[in-house]
Amino acid sequence: MLATRVFRLVGNRTLSTSICLRGGHGVAKVEDYTLPAYFDRRESPLPDIKFVQQLSPEQKSLKEKEKGSWAALSKEEKIALYRISFKESFAEMDKGTGEWKSVVAGIFFFIGFTGLVVLWQRKYVYGDVPHTFDAEYKQKEVQRMLDMRINPVEGFSAKWDYENNAWKK
Amino acid sequence: MFRAALRLSVSGARSLTRSRPQYTASVAARSYSHGKQETDEEFDARWVTYFNKPDIDAWELRKGMNTLIGYDLVPEPKILEAALRACRRLNDLASAIRILEAVKDKSGPHKEIYPYVLQELQPTLNELGIPTPEELGINKA
Repeated sequence: MLATRVFRLVGNRTLSTSICLRGGHGVAKVEDYTLPAYFDRRESPLPDIKFVQQLSPEQKSLKEKEKGSWAALSKEEKIALYRISFKESFAEMDKGTGEWKSVVAGIFFFIGFTGLVVLWQRKYVYGDVPHTFDAEYKQKEVQRMLDMRINPVEGFSAKWDYENNAWKK
Repeated sequence: MFRAALRLSVSGARSLTRSRPQYTASVAARSYSHGKQETDEEFDARWVTYFNKPDIDAWELRKGMNTLIGYDLVPEPKILEAALRACRRLNDLASAIRILEAVKDKSGPHKEIYPYVLQELQPTLNELGIPTPEELGINKA
């Protein structure tokens, strides 16, 4: 059975690989990954093997019909022959997956989740802000800054109207 | 693949020299610093001879096509005709359709190459009864 498998790979060429028996231990098992594989690739349009390896009786008879004139084949038969040899057409193999939508959705989801985590932290984890943030304290702070004439030329105090005790319009 | 797409505009449909001068490539697939450069005609003739081998086998067809598609060019219609006839000798319609798909894919952004190639190949396609991927509807995903 291993011999026939190797023979099928090699095709009609002379069987150059012989199966050796060493010391009576038998033959190494042929691993799947060592056999030619089917790939749909833009840069390699004709893969090493046909896509469908075991043909049904209809497919076998279609393959026989293929030996005759191709003009005699119907459109469906031609498509069937294509699908025996190939898994996806170029258009199908090249089309996008739409995976980017899942990625963007995931990004938004996790940003949203992070937002929830931040809100929870503000409520349950962080302590009170310092007393220097109280409105009353802030008012006194501003008054002190104006009294000190902070940035009187172009900055803070320059915007205060000392005559009318209000901010300049 | 990407490299080929970028350089396609420079040495693109190499052998369409007569009708489209802007795609003329003066170098063949191999660049030597010395030694004779293969001309476009020699390149084409070599490949036509390859596919015209009367007893070409399936492996040689696949190897030839995969190698040809690996080059930074769209093959001349005469090379493709020889390849399609080789498919006919091997009774392999699926590969013939695949070759047409590969040519369209190889043209990349130059959308006018594929219709031109089909136009040149029309007599052969009719003679051998090879449908285009568009006729079969497999050009849409």
